[in-house]
Amino acid sequence: MASIRSDLISIRIINADEREETLEIHVTLNLSLMEALKAGGYPVLGTCGGIALCATCAVEVLSGNEHLSLPTDQELDMLDLLPNLPRFTRLACQIRLRPGMDGLLVRLVG
Amino acid sequence: MKEQTKIPETDICIIGAGPVGLFAVFEAGLLKMRCHLIDALPQAGGQLSEIYPHKPIYDIPGYPQIMGQELVDRLIEQISPFDPEFTFGERVDSVRQENDGSLTVVTNENTVIHCKVLVIAGGLGCFEPRKPAIDGLREFEGKGVSYMIRNPETLRGRNVVLAGGGDSALDWTVFLADIAGKVTLVHRGDTFRGSPEVAEKVFKMAKAGKIDLLLHSNVTTLYGDGHLQELRIVSQELPHFIIPADHFIPLFGLTPKLGPIAEWGLDVIQSAIPVSPADYSTNIARIYAVGDINTYPGKLKLILCGFHETALAMQSAFKYVYPEEKLSFKYTTVYGINTF
Ligand SMILES: Cc1cc2nc3c(=O)[nH]c(=O)nc-3n(C[C@H](O)[C@H](O)[C@H](O)COP(=O)(O)OP(=O)(O)OC[C@H]3O[C@@H](n4cnc5c(N)ncnc54)[C@H](O)[C@@H]3O)c2cc1C
Ligand code: FES
Repeated sequence: MASIRSDLISIRIINADEREETLEIHVTLNLSLMEALKAGGYPVLGTCGGIALCATCAVEVLSGNEHLSLPTDQELDMLDLLPNLPRFTRLACQIRLRPGMDGLLVRLVG
Repeated sequence: MKEQTKIPETDICIIGAGPVGLFAVFEAGLLKMRCHLIDALPQAGGQLSEIYPHKPIYDIPGYPQIMGQELVDRLIEQISPFDPEFTFGERVDSVRQENDGSLTVVTNENTVIHCKVLVIAGGLGCFEPRKPAIDGLREFEGKGVSYMIRNPETLRGRNVVLAGGGDSALDWTVFLADIAGKVTLVHRGDTFRGSPEVAEKVFKMAKAGKIDLLLHSNVTTLYGDGHLQELRIVSQELPHFIIPADHFIPLFGLTPKLGPIAEWGLDVIQSAIPVSPADYSTNIARIYAVGDINTYPGKLKLILCGFHETALAMQSAFKYVYPEEKLSFKYTTVYGINTF
């Protein structure tokens, strides 16, 4: 039982009308945050399919940044292109969901 | 806005010069139908040239691997015998059906195209510039603010401020240094992730006083009386300061938006146009939708599928262009490609 529970993490999302919603995801599915958001019905385009080329999946990380791996050069390249970035902006497609990320709080900006 | 430009009637007007719009010219040409393509981008290729020119594609039949831009170049070569006309850098804003069924297409620059059949190959929609949140930005659009440089000559001798940290901001900074009266590049960070050679050049030019480079800086407000005159910059070193500018050009890349297609009376479901899978016709006679923009049961957004759709759509469109003739199916190996 315990192992099943630790597979399940909750991601908190601030939606367009500033309300907080929670999305539960099994990390064993090995999804990126972009894929999880899309599957959860959030308005994330993910135009490039998750290869850090379109930035339509950008999210601002409001809490839990310390549990994410550092952005790769390719992700930074893309983020550098965007205007007016909040400080902890990441490409959701580059965040592979892991058990330690339970409680991550993000706002959609892409 | 430009005065109306009348373009001679064409058989088929294609909105979108992405891979699918380009290949539609070939399939139309085999049936002796002439095409005019319009694209909001300044070049052909759609997503391939705009998002991934240097990425390899592995699922184009006959090419174990081909780069995005190379596929576009090959397509242009393949359709050149059919002499298509192109209008680049203009967005189709309206489509009107005449009493005889023919269609009139009008762009944001007032180019008017009259056609017998309309093919919408609009992909994910128009690529539009990402617009930074700057006070006064929209107010000065066309009055000093632009997001693309169509004709650098219009900037000759002028005081130009560019913003951005990507390839196009770097390339234009170098290019305009010899044309504009003064060039300032404003960048949020202190490193450039574009081509290292060009970045190096920009740093050298700044040192030599050929351009002004403002790092760790953001443009926050635009001022002017009818036309842009000054802009406010906030930087890490100074809280804020004002610099004069005739032109401000933010270069933060492009992102696709469905845009005006939703307003033409076509059915639209989740940013896609539902079509008949028999011939990719829409709910309006003489209008077809092919490629990423359409949807039908089993639709896959693949270049391969878009190509297939154009063949069937053009066979179906033939009856509107040549109502008196009967269409007979021919292989290119038997008849070759007969140009007009
Ligand atoms: C990173 C990435 C990798 C991909 N990899 C593959 C792959 O390996 N294999 C594969 O098959 N597919 C791949 N795709 C998908 C493929 O690129 C698309 O299926 C293909 O580009 C669709 O072509 P299209 O001509 O329908 O539309 P697009 O390429 O999107 O072109 C549409 C054009 O229409 C123009 N337009 C739209 N509206 C208007 C208007 N109102 N007025 C004027 N112009 C307008 C746009 O400016 C655009 O240039 C990939 C896509 C991406 C982003
Ligand atoms: S989906 Fe394109 S950058 Fe993430």
